[in-house]
Amino acid sequence: MSRTKLVLTGNYASAYAVLHSKVEIVPAYPITPQTTIVEKIDEFIETGMLDATMVRVESEHSAMAVAIGASAVGVRTYTATSSHGLLYMYENLWWAANARLPIVATFVTRTLGPPWNIWSDHQDFMTLRDSGWILFMVKDAQEAYDLTIQAFKIAENPDVRLPVGIAYDAFVISHTAEPVELLTQEEADKFLPSPRAIQPLLDVDKPYSIGNLPRADYHYILRKNLWENILDAKKAIREVGREYGELSGRDYSSLVEEYKCEDADTVFISMGAMAGEGMDAVDKLRDKGYKVGHLTIRTYRPFPDHEIKTIAENAKRLIVFSRALSNGKGGILYDDIASTLYREGQRIETYDIIAGLAGTEVSEEDFMKIYYDTRSGKLDTGKSIFIRRGEYV
Amino acid sequence: MGEVMYPVTEPGEGAAGKTGNWRWQKPIIIIDKCVKCGLCWVYCPEPAIYLDKMGYPHVNYEWCKGCGICAHECPSKAIEMVSEYE
Amino acid sequence: MYRPKIVENLGEDEWIYAGHPACHGCGAALGLRHLLKTIGKKSILVVPAGCTSIIAGTMNAATFNIPFIHTAFGAAAAVASGVAEALSKKGMDDINVVVWAGDGGTYDIGLASLSGAAERGHNILFVLDDNEAYMNTGIQRSGGTPRGAWTTTTITGKKEEKKDIMKIVLSHHVPYAATASVAYPLDFNRKVKKALGIKGFKFIHLMAPCPPGWRFETHMTIEIARRAVLSGAWILMEYENGRLRLNPPSSNMLDKRRISLEEYLMMQGRFKHVKRELLEELKRDVELRWSEIKEILEKQGKQ
Repeated sequence: MSRTKLVLTGNYASAYAVLHSKVEIVPAYPITPQTTIVEKIDEFIETGMLDATMVRVESEHSAMAVAIGASAVGVRTYTATSSHGLLYMYENLWWAANARLPIVATFVTRTLGPPWNIWSDHQDFMTLRDSGWILFMVKDAQEAYDLTIQAFKIAENPDVRLPVGIAYDAFVISHTAEPVELLTQEEADKFLPSPRAIQPLLDVDKPYSIGNLPRADYHYILRKNLWENILDAKKAIREVGREYGELSGRDYSSLVEEYKCEDADTVFISMGAMAGEGMDAVDKLRDKGYKVGHLTIRTYRPFPDHEIKTIAENAKRLIVFSRALSNGKGGILYDDIASTLYREGQRIETYDIIAGLAGTEVSEEDFMKIYYDTRSGKLDTGKSIFIRRGEYV
Repeated sequence: MGEVMYPVTEPGEGAAGKTGNWRWQKPIIIIDKCVKCGLCWVYCPEPAIYLDKMGYPHVNYEWCKGCGICAHECPSKAIEMVSEYE
Repeated sequence: MYRPKIVENLGEDEWIYAGHPACHGCGAALGLRHLLKTIGKKSILVVPAGCTSIIAGTMNAATFNIPFIHTAFGAAAAVASGVAEALSKKGMDDINVVVWAGDGGTYDIGLASLSGAAERGHNILFVLDDNEAYMNTGIQRSGGTPRGAWTTTTITGKKEEKKDIMKIVLSHHVPYAATASVAYPLDFNRKVKKALGIKGFKFIHLMAPCPPGWRFETHMTIEIARRAVLSGAWILMEYENGRLRLNPPSSNMLDKRRISLEEYLMMQGRFKHVKRELLEELKRDVELRWSEIKEILEKQGKQ
């Protein structure tokens, strides 16, 4: 069988990845803009293409709870949500990580209310920052497909055993169709381990209790262990990404995607759909002779500290676009980058740009305007800078 | 790589330590009065009562917390609660 | 070798280890002991936050000798749904999936997930361990606290009636639902066995008195549980495919052959403040339940 290329939305690309990963249990609760993922999976199941059980739960809290129960028995488990759905399942998201369950989930990023708003920003997703989930943010449907398949292999790795989330922007990616090359089922089968290799925590032959009261000293060590494992997971992410690259021709061996950064004195840093606009801006600025590059953070947790450090060794100026805000502090991605730089003793000009909140578009003109204004000294590195459709607000 | 540590525990006695130390009163079984009905065994929440071959109950004082349910439920008044401090 | 009949019937294998952290005279610990005796080792126990989060033991030793998973407070029925479906996927349908949840984890925070799991009909036995308040957090009122009861958040007595959880569960048309009491372990044992033999969502509502929470001495747990039944305040019954049957001794109590309600209530410090007027109201609550049951039985008799 040869590979097929289909025109798919990000959501359908995720559903196809679930199909090809032979997921066994899919608890799901609808929320815009995630819904079409689970609708498509339901279609795969009900037409006999996928031998999985869909559990049509009564809430997102229960969606993640069902996933926890199923994953503890050692079956391949997937769910998806967005926005308030993510926040409603929040307690169980942490539970899944602390129980070391290899659940994979898609988070279609959507603004939190009130007021109600279905458009994308990253505020919902960023609440998972500290949770112990391995977090990817992708910038197109192809990456959504590719990384969802890889996610199972990373999550189920016995040295990792952490849930993995793949996030992308509402509508811009979730509902925008583009050509996506799919693996053949045989290729996916060969790439992924058997779900029967997942170590069950609930096993009648080993009657263990999961989650009993610890001594605080031991609990501290458990927490440290998760921290070590998620940092070590960088290795597994790179290895799986390299292997996937050899299979598909699309390499994921880096935690980030560098675009024209080699000789760049100024590097934009962003995540998700707006990275596309960032790279378009780089091309325009390069045409004008400016040495500009763009760095896309694809693996958000574990954080690509080493890659940031390397970029900062060569660049003079970093411009960080955050699509989520830590109220009372600043851009969340900016804070991540700034702390990496501080730890590494790198003091370079770094700008905190807040863009795309509440689903406002971020255009290549925004990137360019910011670039010119940093060059002319118009912007202050000490402040969070809010830009909305080309205007400072 | 550090090996993954799961928050799991194997089963075993004494999850709360030697719970016999919690006792302020102690059940004493008077075998002569016992009719071997088994109710003390049935109603022990621990369980800290075991039956010998003849069906007579005995208290495992390592775990018995001294709640006194066995004495209260005994139909032949064959269990006396005695203070641990006298 | 001699064994009393009741011991033979309940079985001598223990799946709960002694030395667990339950309080003196804990009704829940006794209920767990008998539940586990009946479900046996080919079972998985799913438990939300509550007293059993503590009874389950520490990371030094687990109290239960069967696989056991703690869940978030509102999540037990949903986690169990996932466990049951995953077992089925692995061809392990012979393993019992049992939820053991307190009144908070059932009546209140767990109600949505209970309803979802019951409506979807997963192959689960849900046991409600009812001690009629949030005991693990220190005796706060729940939807399962009866009218009049003192708790730390109803210091003058709860004003509202105990929620009728059985009606809520029955509205999901579950194949089996029953009540039980720790004072009647053979009845409980029979009901658990019966439930496990039925596919789908089953519900057993177990009354398990709590000495510190109900304010009585630790040796009185069974006495009080028994008086709850003998006074008619707690009714032993079962619904098979929606059809009601009373169980002994409640089956003999339709014509009010009961001990007085005072003989149950006044043993407990939580009702000590109850005066005549409130007592009459509590008696009316009991009578109302019995008249409802009478009506159902009469209707069934005519069918």
